[in-house]
Amino acid sequence: MKRIIAAIALGLVPLVTLGAGGAPPMSADTDITNQKSLQSGAKVFVNYCMGCHSMEFMRYSRLADDIGLDRDLVAEHLMFNTDKIGDLMTIAMRADDAAGWFGVPPPDLSVIARARGADWLYTYLTTFYADSNPARPFGVNNLMFPDVGMPHVLWSLQGVQSYVKAERPADVISEHIEGIEPNDKGLTLRAAVTTKDGKTSHVTDMLQVTIPGSMQPAEFRRTVRDLVNFLDYVGEPAKLARIQMGYWVIIFLAVFAVLARALYKDYWRDVH
Amino acid sequence: MKAMLTGLLAWTDARFPLSKMWNEHLANYYAPKNFNFWYYFGSLALLMLVVQIASGIWLTMFYKPSAAEAFASVEYIMREVPMGWFIRYMHSTGGSFFFLVVYLHMFRGLMYGSYKNPRELLWILGMLIYLMMMVEGFFGYLLPWGQMSYWGAQVIISLFGALPFDLGEPLTLWIRGDYVIADATLNRFFALHVAAVPLVLLALVGAHVLALHEVGSNNPDGIEIKENKDANGIPRDGIPFHPYYTVKDIWGVAVCLILFAAVLFFAPTFFGYFIEQPNFVPANPLKTPEHIAPVWYFTPYYAILRAIPDKLTGVIAMFASVLVFFVLPWLDRNPIKSVRYRGPMFKMLLGVFVITFIVLGYLGTQAPTVAGSELGFRLGQLYFSFFLILWLHSKTRAASFNYTVLGIVAVLFVFFDAIRFDADKATLIFVSSLLVIGYYVFFVLGSMYTKLNEPKPVPERVT
Repeated sequence: MKRIIAAIALGLVPLVTLGAGGAPPMSADTDITNQKSLQSGAKVFVNYCMGCHSMEFMRYSRLADDIGLDRDLVAEHLMFNTDKIGDLMTIAMRADDAAGWFGVPPPDLSVIARARGADWLYTYLTTFYADSNPARPFGVNNLMFPDVGMPHVLWSLQGVQSYVKAERPADVISEHIEGIEPNDKGLTLRAAVTTKDGKTSHVTDMLQVTIPGSMQPAEFRRTVRDLVNFLDYVGEPAKLARIQMGYWVIIFLAVFAVLARALYKDYWRDVH
Repeated sequence: MKAMLTGLLAWTDARFPLSKMWNEHLANYYAPKNFNFWYYFGSLALLMLVVQIASGIWLTMFYKPSAAEAFASVEYIMREVPMGWFIRYMHSTGGSFFFLVVYLHMFRGLMYGSYKNPRELLWILGMLIYLMMMVEGFFGYLLPWGQMSYWGAQVIISLFGALPFDLGEPLTLWIRGDYVIADATLNRFFALHVAAVPLVLLALVGAHVLALHEVGSNNPDGIEIKENKDANGIPRDGIPFHPYYTVKDIWGVAVCLILFAAVLFFAPTFFGYFIEQPNFVPANPLKTPEHIAPVWYFTPYYAILRAIPDKLTGVIAMFASVLVFFVLPWLDRNPIKSVRYRGPMFKMLLGVFVITFIVLGYLGTQAPTVAGSELGFRLGQLYFSFFLILWLHSKTRAASFNYTVLGIVAVLFVFFDAIRFDADKATLIFVSSLLVIGYYVFFVLGSMYTKLNEPKPVPERVT
């Protein structure tokens, strides 16, 4: 049997290596219990995202209550489309108009954090870079979502990043990014390149802010983290209550289990 | 007060067999006293059925079976219905737990030979329940109307399109009720998921329990306790199900619910295995997801389907891999029931089968690769070989018989490799074939030339 287990395990190894590929996202390190961060994220969302993206399953009133803001404050500073606090966070842009402008209508973002994951969103929003290819309608491209239809909406905050590529061998047949790390000027990209002769070497590229925005790179990353944190919360507003309730339910069940076990052992004393 | 209640009971008993049923199925139903860990899963399966029905009823109060509203109504349940998220996660976690518990229940049956005489029909009823659960899971998975719901159903329905004689296309059209999966499909799947299949499931579960109580439970020793009765006709190794096993099962329920709650409250999507990430994107008929994978409990069979290049053969193999369990009682005719007394080889055979099943399940969740498909193909062969070896080990066979079987298998498997041969994958095919060769050498020749397949003496009474 050991032989067979070993054979199966050996068979699995190539699978794991073949499964790799695509840039691994940075950790968003979100925390939905941080209300300050959620409030900041909500502000960024309604100011920068909500022109095009709705959150049609989310109500302003719930948002106010959950992220610790006064309903009047929300009505004054976060509601641009309606004056009813109980309304859903819908937008006025029509889907078929949007499809004409961007190629695809911008998706509703209610559950985007559940579909994509916070890490992916965080990395996506920080890895827009200038792309002079005339086929790119907005002059930018994205590392996580190549040829994305969305413009770099946060450019006035981040500025514009250039993709500074390190020198690499002439006969590269494939390359992929192995890791992304933040630095003072933008992001460091560690890439593996494979040449024609099958050899793999490592190079370090950069996404460097060349036209500064209103924020330093670290400050911008914090802002995006808040935004993603907010998206994460909106993806499942019940999450906070769910986790808190979970502890109590498990404690109750543990006590019940102890009693049930005592009862069972007592009944079974006479079974030999 | 007590006299009144006794009177009421007598009144009822004169009109309905209440006490009779209580005694037959609980108080005077004698179960072997040596049940171990593996015997919790029968009652836990029943618990999961109740969880699914109860949570399902509440979900239908808020869910809208329409292509335009289904996705939003699920989010409505998750956000606006008080405790709706709890009901929804109970149902999604319950589905996976139901399958998990039933897989463990079936494994118990394999270990202790619970499908053997006189329990063949009990096993078949159980297999019908399993089959209905798969049907139920398939219908239910479409209802949230996410991308994976949509495209998963698309893939499974298209399998029927592989039928020959121009039967496939009309059949898929008939199942969908439209040229693509659409509102009509969702509506009928809803009807089948909430009414038709649950009714059949309940009836089958009732029949399963009745059949069990007719023949009596097997036990980890695989010894019939009914063959050793005392003067009152009570099995010496039996204890009344109630209160002994009812209190024991309550403890089992408590532990199961702790695990259930841990998933429900702390990891309801279970890292994308219980609720897949792409299912948070609404169904879009124009956009195929990069990688379509069914939920984990279907993936072993899905891996077998995918590993076979020819679609129709793949479909047949996939259905066969489920249906082969039905004939298990007639394949494994070895009179010794329990793994405890069948010798080390049976233990290894079963162990390899479990590993095969799990690795196939893992492969089914992954995007297809060349090496993955090849491994899937070989494991598919090992999957079916398990049943062949069980049949072969039913009794001591003549050497010539064993070699004939080996020869037939060799010819068949070489033929499979020849028709799917691809020069680019030659090395892979040759290397992976060692897995199958090693398997047969060990389990056929090993049973002839070593003592590994020698049974141990079966004791008179349970231990």
